[in-house]
Amino acid sequence: MSKILYKEQLSENVFKMRLEAPLIAEERKAGQFIILQIDEEFGERIPLTIADADKEEGSITIIFQVVGLTTDELSRLNVGDNIPVLVGPLGNPTHIDKYGTVVCVGGGIGVAPLHPIAQAYKNAGNKVIIIIGARNKELIIMEEEMRKIADELIVCTDDGSYGRKALVTEPLKEICERNPKPDRAIAIGPPIMMKFCAETTRPYNVYTEVSLNTIMVDGTGMCGGCRVDVGGQIKFVCVDGPEFDAHKVDFDNMMARLTEFKDIEEEKHQCYLESLAEAKIIENEEGEEE
Amino acid sequence: MYRTPEELQQTAHNLFEEYLPKIDALKNKDRIRIPVQEMPSQDPKERVCNLEEVAIGYTEEEARIEAMRCIQCPTQTCVRDCPVHINVPVFIDHVAHGKYQEAANVIKEASLLPAICGRVCPQETQCQKDCSVGKVFKTVDKSVSIGRLERFVADWERNTGVVQLPHVKPDTGKKVAVIGSGPAGLVVAADVRREGHSVTIFEAFHKLGGVMRYGIPEFRLPNNIIDQEIDSLRKMGVEFKTNFVVGRTRKLTDLLEKDGYDAAFVGTGAGLPLFMGIDGENLVGVFSANEYLTRANLMRAFDKKHADTPIYPSKIVAVLGGGNVAMDAARMSLRLGAEKVYVVYRRTQKEMPARKEEVEHAMEEGIEFRFLQNAKRILGDEKGRVRAIECLKYELGEPDQSGRRRPIPIEGSEFTIDVDTVIVAIGNGSNPLISQTTPEIKTNKWGNIIVDENQKTSMDRVYAGGDIVLGAATVILAMGEGRKAAAAINEMLAKDIETGESKKTVDVN
Repeated sequence: MSKILYKEQLSENVFKMRLEAPLIAEERKAGQFIILQIDEEFGERIPLTIADADKEEGSITIIFQVVGLTTDELSRLNVGDNIPVLVGPLGNPTHIDKYGTVVCVGGGIGVAPLHPIAQAYKNAGNKVIIIIGARNKELIIMEEEMRKIADELIVCTDDGSYGRKALVTEPLKEICERNPKPDRAIAIGPPIMMKFCAETTRPYNVYTEVSLNTIMVDGTGMCGGCRVDVGGQIKFVCVDGPEFDAHKVDFDNMMARLTEFKDIEEEKHQCYLESLAEAKIIENEEGEEE
Repeated sequence: MYRTPEELQQTAHNLFEEYLPKIDALKNKDRIRIPVQEMPSQDPKERVCNLEEVAIGYTEEEARIEAMRCIQCPTQTCVRDCPVHINVPVFIDHVAHGKYQEAANVIKEASLLPAICGRVCPQETQCQKDCSVGKVFKTVDKSVSIGRLERFVADWERNTGVVQLPHVKPDTGKKVAVIGSGPAGLVVAADVRREGHSVTIFEAFHKLGGVMRYGIPEFRLPNNIIDQEIDSLRKMGVEFKTNFVVGRTRKLTDLLEKDGYDAAFVGTGAGLPLFMGIDGENLVGVFSANEYLTRANLMRAFDKKHADTPIYPSKIVAVLGGGNVAMDAARMSLRLGAEKVYVVYRRTQKEMPARKEEVEHAMEEGIEFRFLQNAKRILGDEKGRVRAIECLKYELGEPDQSGRRRPIPIEGSEFTIDVDTVIVAIGNGSNPLISQTTPEIKTNKWGNIIVDENQKTSMDRVYAGGDIVLGAATVILAMGEGRKAAAAINEMLAKDIETGESKKTVDVN
């Protein structure tokens, strides 16, 4: 059980929460994730990356986007509410070393998990170039936090409403063309963005890591739902990852697998929204009667 | 052929009337003449639509008549072949005489979880394998139904509401960490707690029971039975910490060095589901049996109305494999609404590792077995979803190392079966979490923890047992290993207490 200590809405569908989790806060390292459940009996387990942790407070920070039933329900909880199931930290920590220049690319909500990794690269003595991107200005998150770490920060939006009007792959390509080229890259964001980041750095031979967020049940290597094809081998995101060599990941297969339950998930989410709307109508009617 | 519970009950009733008056004058030849009492089960047509237990359990008359079949032979191969050595003839004699509490007490001297073992043990390869009665007829099918009787006794005790808790000795001040709440861990917890040591069970999931909860479906092992066994442990003073992944949430070495645990038992079970290594295994609609069953059982996806966890809407399912897990997955998919379910197995029915009863139940329910066939690749549609499997036909050659005849593919025999879902049930590798995060523990090349004859690992004060040591095995073998480990832990702690030597610990609190 974990209490919500803090909640903030970062944009229309993006929320930030601090959760009480002293053991996880103590153990977690950059790159790791947690799994949570809103309801112990019938809830589903969803993996979320740890954006930050505060050992003194005994808390972790998660940043999530409402994309389905559980994230929607989570977004409706408030400070003081409890999350019945919270387990972690899961997955392997990012391997941090002094490589030289590291380009960190974050797309949309992916900026949140990228933050502790970029920080760790910086602390290890790397020159850190950060690119963050989103569809529009409203969806850019954590710009200030990233600016504090970055030796160079590039912000872009698809529609040009803020920063540079470009996809993140454009500045990434330019950086790869520099002399000397960067020593390493990491990209976290929507699968399609990670796929094209991998394609962007491939011709320049810049080793690129991606952090994958796949369908998962247990998160401890038992179910195999999270498996991805990496260089022709089956790898489990929960125990072999979540980070992999971007140039070896079969993104098309991974994206197909992410749609495995799409129809049912949408249906369940729709049912939930309808039940909320119904409850609201009843509430209003009762209010009128009084 | 399916016989209704009423028919079976009537037969048993007639036999009971005939045999009871002469119960203490029965000769071996009289006993042998009593027919095996079948396990009453739900009607196959009804049970495929519910999750209720398939096997209903004996009535008193059925149990007593079956118990009268035991000739109380001196060889007692049943005791020898039981992994926890239950005194079978004695408990059976009590059942025959209607002394069920006495029977329960005998079983519980050796086994802590009889309601579970009576349901899921492979008795035909253990206690019933060399039963003298079966030997007379030269078939294990005619052995005394020890498992069914064990279940009867355990259920009787539960239903009469007088489950007696094992005696717990006064506190010793020693602490033991048990990692994993599956069958091995539960037995260790009970046996160690009885000696007065305090025990904490750490479980990664939000619910307790390990594979008995996430893997074995309710129609074979109802959740309330697991709950009851765990409740007994709780009443004995065992503590439980769920949502706690040892190795990740806290290192095993920290439990021992910082948190004051004097010993640890690793019972983390099987992990990493194996896949066939064939084309198309990552298509949408291919699941490991672990994932499929965990969604349905632990995450309650069977209850489509309430559960948030989705389950794939399958119409035609192929299950690859021939073990108990394959049977569970096939029968579960039927209950989840599949219209057609195939089990594809490359040997014949005779070589199947699944329990005979499970195979028969699956057949009664309409599952189609494709023997001497094996998937060669899985074919997908343009959206990357499963549309068919391509299979090869097989024939049996010479026996291999396992003693089973080796299946050999017949070249050019390819054919396809249209399916929308493939469930791979060919076993598990080992769970990598403890070994990844505790390099002190030595593992073999398959990642299984190496232990000595007392279940001790290469790490001081750390023991292991169950599937993490054995690879994929059974509930009762895990319990047997747990029992051995607990004895060794108790012995070690007794020595500590005797010599007054206490491990230097730093209390983090």
